[in-house]
Amino acid sequence: MDVTSIGWLTLPLAILGGAIRVSTPFIFVSIGELITEKSGRINLGLEGTLMLGAMAGYGVSYLSGSPWLGVLAAGLAGTAFGLVHGLLCSVKRVNDTAIGISLIVLGTGLAFFFGKPLIEPKAPALPSISLGFWSSVPQVRAASDVNALFFVGILLAFAVYVFLNRTGWGLMLRTVGDSEDAARALGFPVLRVRILATMAGGFLAGIGGSFLSLSYPGSWSEGLSSGQGIMAVALVIFARWRSINALGASLLFGGAGALGPALQGVGVTGYYYLFNAAPYILTLAIMVASTSRAAPFADAPGELKLHR
Amino acid sequence: MTLKPFDRRSFLQMLAAAGSAPFVLDIGAAHAETPLTVGILYSGSKQDYGFNQSHAQAAAALKKQPGIKVIEEERVPETIAAQRSMEGMIRQDGAQLILATSFGYFKPHVLEMAAKYPDVTFAHTGGVWTAGMPENIGTFYAYIFEAQYISGIVAGHMTKSKKLGLVAAKPTPNLLRSINAFAIGARSVDPAIQVQVIFTGDWVLPVREAEATNTLVDQGADVIAAQVDSPKVVIETAEKRGVMSCGYHSSQAEVAPNGYLTGAEWNWITPYLVYAGSVRGGKKPEHYLRAGISDHFVKNSPFGKLVTPEARAAADKARADLIGGTLVVYSGPLKDNKGNVVIPAGVMQSSNDRALDGINYLVEGIIGQV
Amino acid sequence: MSSISGIESPPSNPPGTAAQLSVALPVLAVLLASAVFAAFVALYGQNPFTVFGLIVQGGFGSSFAWQDTLSRAAPLILVGLAVAIPAQAGLVIIGGEGALVLGGLAGAVVTLPFAGAHALPMQVIMLVAGALAGGLWFGLASLLRQYRGVNETISSLLLSYIGIAIFHHLTEGLLRDPASLDKPSTHPIDPSYMLPVLPGVGVHAGLAVSLALAIIAHVVLRYTRWGFALRVVGGSARVARMVGLAVNRWVIGATFVAGGMAGVAGAIEVAAVQGTANSSLIVGYGYSGILVAFLARHQPLAIVAVALLIGGMQASASLLQRRLELPDATMLVFQGLIFVCVLVADAIAQQLRENTRR
Repeated sequence: MDVTSIGWLTLPLAILGGAIRVSTPFIFVSIGELITEKSGRINLGLEGTLMLGAMAGYGVSYLSGSPWLGVLAAGLAGTAFGLVHGLLCSVKRVNDTAIGISLIVLGTGLAFFFGKPLIEPKAPALPSISLGFWSSVPQVRAASDVNALFFVGILLAFAVYVFLNRTGWGLMLRTVGDSEDAARALGFPVLRVRILATMAGGFLAGIGGSFLSLSYPGSWSEGLSSGQGIMAVALVIFARWRSINALGASLLFGGAGALGPALQGVGVTGYYYLFNAAPYILTLAIMVASTSRAAPFADAPGELKLHR
Repeated sequence: MTLKPFDRRSFLQMLAAAGSAPFVLDIGAAHAETPLTVGILYSGSKQDYGFNQSHAQAAAALKKQPGIKVIEEERVPETIAAQRSMEGMIRQDGAQLILATSFGYFKPHVLEMAAKYPDVTFAHTGGVWTAGMPENIGTFYAYIFEAQYISGIVAGHMTKSKKLGLVAAKPTPNLLRSINAFAIGARSVDPAIQVQVIFTGDWVLPVREAEATNTLVDQGADVIAAQVDSPKVVIETAEKRGVMSCGYHSSQAEVAPNGYLTGAEWNWITPYLVYAGSVRGGKKPEHYLRAGISDHFVKNSPFGKLVTPEARAAADKARADLIGGTLVVYSGPLKDNKGNVVIPAGVMQSSNDRALDGINYLVEGIIGQV
Repeated sequence: MSSISGIESPPSNPPGTAAQLSVALPVLAVLLASAVFAAFVALYGQNPFTVFGLIVQGGFGSSFAWQDTLSRAAPLILVGLAVAIPAQAGLVIIGGEGALVLGGLAGAVVTLPFAGAHALPMQVIMLVAGALAGGLWFGLASLLRQYRGVNETISSLLLSYIGIAIFHHLTEGLLRDPASLDKPSTHPIDPSYMLPVLPGVGVHAGLAVSLALAIIAHVVLRYTRWGFALRVVGGSARVARMVGLAVNRWVIGATFVAGGMAGVAGAIEVAAVQGTANSSLIVGYGYSGILVAFLARHQPLAIVAVALLIGGMQASASLLQRRLELPDATMLVFQGLIFVCVLVADAIAQQLRENTRR
C-alpha cells in the first residue's frame, strides 16, 4: 500500500461519504412527501417535481450566477407543481395517485423540454463546507466536504418533527390527515390545509432536485434521476410516517448506494450488479426483520388511501 | 470467410479527393433535384454531451451537404419502437438510408427491417455484418481505442501516483478494447502503472458515476478516464477532487479547465458520408467499415494546459506511428490480468484484426474483472 | 370509505343531461389539454394546426399508423393489468418492471434445451414460464405483506430493482451467449419459435394474447364470484373474513396472477420481438403500467383503451420529431396535460352520475 492509497479503509469512508453525498435528495423528497401524506393525500408525482426542480435550479443558477437563487427557483417550481396537484385533487373523486403519476410525465416532459440547452453549460454549483480540516488524509477531507443543504435537511427532519408534534398547526395537519370528519367538526379548513401541505411537499422535492443538479453529481442531464423521486416516496412508508425515521432511512439508503462502487474500488470486482442493488436489498431486509404481522398501514394517516 | 474485405485503398482515395474535414463529396451536385433522405435514430437524447451528441453533430454536418435531407428521432428504445420508427422513416418520409446509432438496434431490429425493405440501405454503428445477413446492411465503427491508447500515453506521463482510474459502463468488447488500450498506452510509459476500472453497470447513471470517481480518487488514482455515455459527471467530479482527467466521445475540456489532459473523440461524419455516397452511387453498402485515427474516424481532444512537453511529444509520436502503421496497440507478448497469455510474443493484432471483435479480457496491470 | 372504482356499478343509462355531460366532459378535457399544448408549441414557434395534424396522422391516420399504435400498445395492456388486478383486492403494486424482465428471462431460457421441436408447444411454454416467473416475483411481495406485514407498495418497488439486478447479473454473466458482443444477451431462441405476425394486422401475436387476457380479466372480475370475492377482500379484510373468505389466499392469488401478466408481457417481448433476453427489455414498461392502470381506474377494458391512446401518442411523437424537429419531450408534455385533464373531467363526470342516481 503506497502513501496515497488507504486501501480497505476507503470502504467505511465511502459509505460515510456516500451517505452524506447521496442521501440529501432522498431526505428532502421523503420529508416533503411525509408532510403531504400527513394531510391525508399522496403525491406520487414527486419524481417529476424532482426533475423539474433539478432543471429549473440549474437553469436559474446558470443564468443568474447564483446557485442559491437556483435552489429557490427549484423550490418555487416544485411549489407550483404542488399547487396544481393540491387544487386538482380538491375536486371531489379525483384520484390523487393517478394525478401524481400524470404529473411525473408532465414534470419530466417540461424538464426535458426546457432543459435541452442546459445540458452542456456549466452552472455555478452550491458550495460545500469543509469539515475535514482536522485531518491530513486527503480522502477524509474529501469525504468530509459536506454540502450545506445536507445540514438543512437534518435540521428539517427535526423541525418537522417538532412542527407535527408540538405545534397547533402540526396538530391541525395531523387531524386533517387522520380524520376529515373530526377536522371539519373542529372547524379546520381541510382543503386549504391539504393544498398547503402538498405545496410544501413540492417545495422540498424541488429543492431535492436542485441538489442533484447543483451539488452532487452536480450537473443537469436527462439521466440525472435514477428514480430517486419514486424511491423517496416509498421511503416514507418505510419510515412509518415519522420524519426522524425518514432521515435515517435516507442516510441508510445513501450509504448503501455507495457500497457498490466502493467494493469495486477495494478490489471486490465481481457481482457488481448485486452489490449495486445493496440499498434495495438492505431496505427490504430491514422491513422484513422489523415488521410483524401488524397491518402494513398501521401507522398511516387515516385518510391516506394509496389504492382506489 | 466470404466477407469482402474493406477496400481500404479506394476509401482512402475517396477521402483524399474530398480533402480534409469538412468533407465535401460529390454526391449532391448532380442529383440536387432529388434529395437523398437520411433517417437517423438515437437511443438517447441528442444533447447528452456524449455518445449520442457525437452522432448528432455528424448529423448536423450531414445536413449541410447539398442534396441531403436528414430526419432524426431521439430516445428511440431498442424495442419494437425502433422497427416502427425505421419503417416510419421509410414509408412516411421516403428515407433511402437509415443510420441506426445504438448497439442494441442491430439484432433484431435492423436485421428485420433490412430484410423487409431491400431497397433501403441500413448502416449501423457497432454491429458486425456476417455472411447471410441482408446485403443492404452496412456496419461501421471507429477504432476509438487508438485514441484511447494515446490518452493512456498522456495519462502515463502525467501520473505521479502511478495509478489511473477508469469509470466504465459495462464490460462489452468495444469498451474492453478501449480500456485495455488505455492501460497499454499508460504502461508503455512505465510498466509500474496500474489502471483501476469500476463498472457502473449501465450507460447513464450520473450518481453512481460520481461515486465511482470518488472511490477511484480515494484509492489513489490521480488521472481519471471515463467510458460512459455522458462523461461530463465523471470529468467534473475529478476536477472537483483536484485530479486530472481524460475525456471520451467528445471534448469535455470546458468542464475541467485545470485537469483535462486529452480525450478520445469520434468523428462520425466520415462514415456517414461513405454510406451516403454508396446510396447515391447505387452501390452496395460497405458491410464492415472500420477505421481509426489514420482515416479521420477518431481523434484526440487538444492537450490540456498541464500536459508536459514530453507527454505531448510521446503522444504525437504515437499518433504518427499509428498512422504510419509502424505501431500496433495489441502486440504480443500480452497477458491478461489473470496471468494468461492472450497474444503470444511476435504476434501483432493490428487494428482491423477481427480477433479483437470479441475481446473478453482485461490486460495485465488493470484492476478489475470482466 | 375505501371504495374501489371497479365496484361501483357501471354507468347504466344515466338519464338526460348527465349522460351527455359524461361524454362531453372527457372530450372537453382533451380539447382543453390541446389548447394549452397548442399555446405551448406556438411559443416554440410551431404552427399548432400542423402539430395536431401530425399527431392524428402519426397515431391513427392510416393503416400504417394503426399498426404502429397497436405495436406500441400491446405491452402496455399487460403491464396495466398487472397493476389493476391487485388493486381490486386493495393492493398497490408498482414493481411490474422486475416481474416483466424476470418473465422475459424465464421465457428466453426455458426453450433453449429443446431445439427443433414443434413451435406451438414451445411458444406456450415460453409464455407460461414467463407467467410463473413474474407471478412468483409479485407473489413474494404479497407473501411478505400477508405474513410479515411488509407494505406491498414499497416491497414491490424494492423487489423490482432487485429483480432487475438479478436479470443483469445473469444475462451478462452465467446465461450470456458469448457470441453476443456489444449487447450482452442470452442465447437466442430457435427462430421458428418466434411468435408469428397476425395475418392482415401486421402486428405480432402478442397483441392477441394481451387482448384475450384483458377480456378474460374483464369477464372474471365483473361477472364471476371470484371478481366479487376479490372486491370484498379489497373493501375490508375484516368483512371478508366474517363472510368466510380466505383473505390470504385471495390476496396472494391475485398478486400471483398479476405478476403473471407482467411476466407474460416480458416473455412476449422476447418471443415476438427480441428473440433473446437483454437490457432492451428494461425500458420502463412496468412503470407505464401504473399510469395505464390508474388512468383506466383499474378496469381491464378501459386499460385497452388507455394503452391504445398512449401507444398512439408514442407513434405520433415519432412523426413529430421527424417532421418538425420537435424534441421527444414535447409529447411527454402533451401526454401529461391530457392525463391530468382527463382525470379531472372523469371525476366530475362520475360525480354527476352519482348525483343523478340519488
